[in-house]
Amino acid sequence: MPGKIVSTELLSCSYREGRVLEDVSFQVERGDYVGIVGPNGSGKSTLIKALLGLVTINKGSASLFGTPLSDFRDWHKLGYLPQSLHLVNPVFPATVHETVGLGLLSLKRFPKRLNRADHDKIGVILDELGISDLKHKLIGELSGGQLQRVLLARAIVNDPELLVLDEPTAALDPETRGRFYAMIADINRSRGVTVLLVTHDSGVIGEYASKMLYLDKKLLFYGSFDEFCCSPEMSSLFGEHSQHLMCHRH
Amino acid sequence: MNILEILSYGFIQRALLAGTLIALLCSVLGVFLVLRRLSLIGDGLAHVTFGSTAIALALKLYSAMSLLVTMPIVLLASLGILKLTEKGRLSGDTAIGLVSALGISAGIILASVGGGYNVDLLSFLFGNILSIRSEEVVIAALLCLGVMLLVTLYYHELFAISFSDELAKVSGIHTSFINSILVLLTALSVVLAMKLVGIMLISSLLIVPAAGALQLARGFKACIILAALQGCSSVIIGIVISIMSNLPASASIVMVNLLFFAAACVTRRIIYPKNSN
Repeated sequence: MPGKIVSTELLSCSYREGRVLEDVSFQVERGDYVGIVGPNGSGKSTLIKALLGLVTINKGSASLFGTPLSDFRDWHKLGYLPQSLHLVNPVFPATVHETVGLGLLSLKRFPKRLNRADHDKIGVILDELGISDLKHKLIGELSGGQLQRVLLARAIVNDPELLVLDEPTAALDPETRGRFYAMIADINRSRGVTVLLVTHDSGVIGEYASKMLYLDKKLLFYGSFDEFCCSPEMSSLFGEHSQHLMCHRH
Repeated sequence: MNILEILSYGFIQRALLAGTLIALLCSVLGVFLVLRRLSLIGDGLAHVTFGSTAIALALKLYSAMSLLVTMPIVLLASLGILKLTEKGRLSGDTAIGLVSALGISAGIILASVGGGYNVDLLSFLFGNILSIRSEEVVIAALLCLGVMLLVTLYYHELFAISFSDELAKVSGIHTSFINSILVLLTALSVVLAMKLVGIMLISSLLIVPAAGALQLARGFKACIILAALQGCSSVIIGIVISIMSNLPASASIVMVNLLFFAAACVTRRIIYPKNSN
C-alpha cells in the first residue's frame, strides 16, 4: 500500500557551532530503500536523529507515517540501528538474547513484560540472521560483524515498517559490509520494510538502494540511483570520472 | 562470644535486618548507576545528606524524625543533578561535584553556626548500624518494599536506558521520567544507607557490589542477582566480624565488600582467561 512514510518540509537544525541542516524537504514512500550519502559533517546523521526526535528541529517540520513528529507515538513501527561502536559499552553484561529482547519493548504497555511468545520471536529472528549460536554470549564478546547483526536483530524483531540505519557498516571490513547491505536489501524486499540508510559508501549503496539522497547541509539530490548517475548537478560536484566510478554497478 | 550468642541480641538483629535490606537496595540500584556512569551520585547525595542532617540537628530533629528534613532535600538534590546534566550542558560527574560541594559546604557552615560538630553529626559521617532503632528498621523495610516494587515494575525501562538512552527513546520510553525514578530511588537509599556505613563510605555500597557482579555475570538479570548477593553477604559478614573483632561496623562491611570484589576478579581470570584483559 503506497503512502508517505517520512516527510520533511524545509527542515533546519543547528548546533552551537552553527547550522547543520538547511531547508531540507523530501518524502519517502512505503517500500523505498533510501541511501543517504554526503561528505563528513554534511548533516546525514543529524537528519536521521531529527527524524527520530533525538535532536531539536529549529525550523520547518517532519512527520512519520503522516503524523507530525511532536505527536508521533507509534514507535513500534520503527526500527533503529545506530553506529554500534559508539553505542555499546564493552562491559555491559547483557546476553545477545536479552539485547534483542529490548527491541520488543516498543510493543509493550506498562508494566513491560516479555512472555513466552516474545522469547520464541527472539529465537526466530536470531535464526533468520544466522546468529542463534550467539544467543547466550555477552555482547562484549562479539566481533564487529556479529554485534552489527545482533543490533539489526534488535531493530527488526518488532516487525517495523520503517528501518533507520546510521552508518551501520562504519566498523566493518569491505566484505562484511557488502553482505550487510545485501541483508538489508533482502529485508526491504521480503518484508516490505521501508529503509533509510546513512552511509559513506556512495558507490556500494547504489547497488542496493532504490533512491539516493545526497546531502551537504542542503539537499543537493534526491531521486533514483539511475537519475543520480545521470544528474548534471552530481556530475559538476564530483567530476564526470568520479561519478562514472561511483555509478559503476558490480 | 559465639555466633548464636551474638545473634540473640536485639540490636544486632536490628542491624542485620536493616543492613541487609539497605544493601539489597543499594546493590540493585548500583548496577544501573554504574552502567549509566553515574556511580559517584551516591557520594554527591551523601554530601547533601550531611548538609541536610546539619539542618535537621539545628532544628532539634533526631533519629527517624531527621528524615523529615533530609529526605526531601536529598530527593530535590538528586533531581537537581539530573537537570544539570540534561539542561546545563554538564557531564554527570561535574553535576554531581557541584551538588556535592553545595551539600558539604552547607553542612560545615550550619554545623559551625550551631556550635561545632557534635556526636550526632559525626555518627552520620562514619555510620553506626549497631545503634539503629526499631522505627528505623520499619522505615527501611517499607522503603525497601517500595523501591523493589518500582524497580520490578520498571525493570525493562531501566535496563533499556542503561543500555542506551538513544535506543530507549526511539523505543518510545520516556527516558527523563525513568532517569528521574532512578535518581529518586537512589536518593532514598542513600539517606537510609547513611546510618549503615556513614556518608564517607556510602558510595561503596552502591558501586562495589555492582563492580563485583560485572566480573562474573552472564546476563543482565544475573548481574543484578549477583550484586544483591554480594551486597547482602558483605553486610552480614561485616557486622559479625565487627562485633567479634571489635572493629567499626561500617569499615568492616566495606572491606568485606572489597574482598568479594577481589575474589570476583580472580575468579574471572580463572574461568574466562580470554576475556580478562
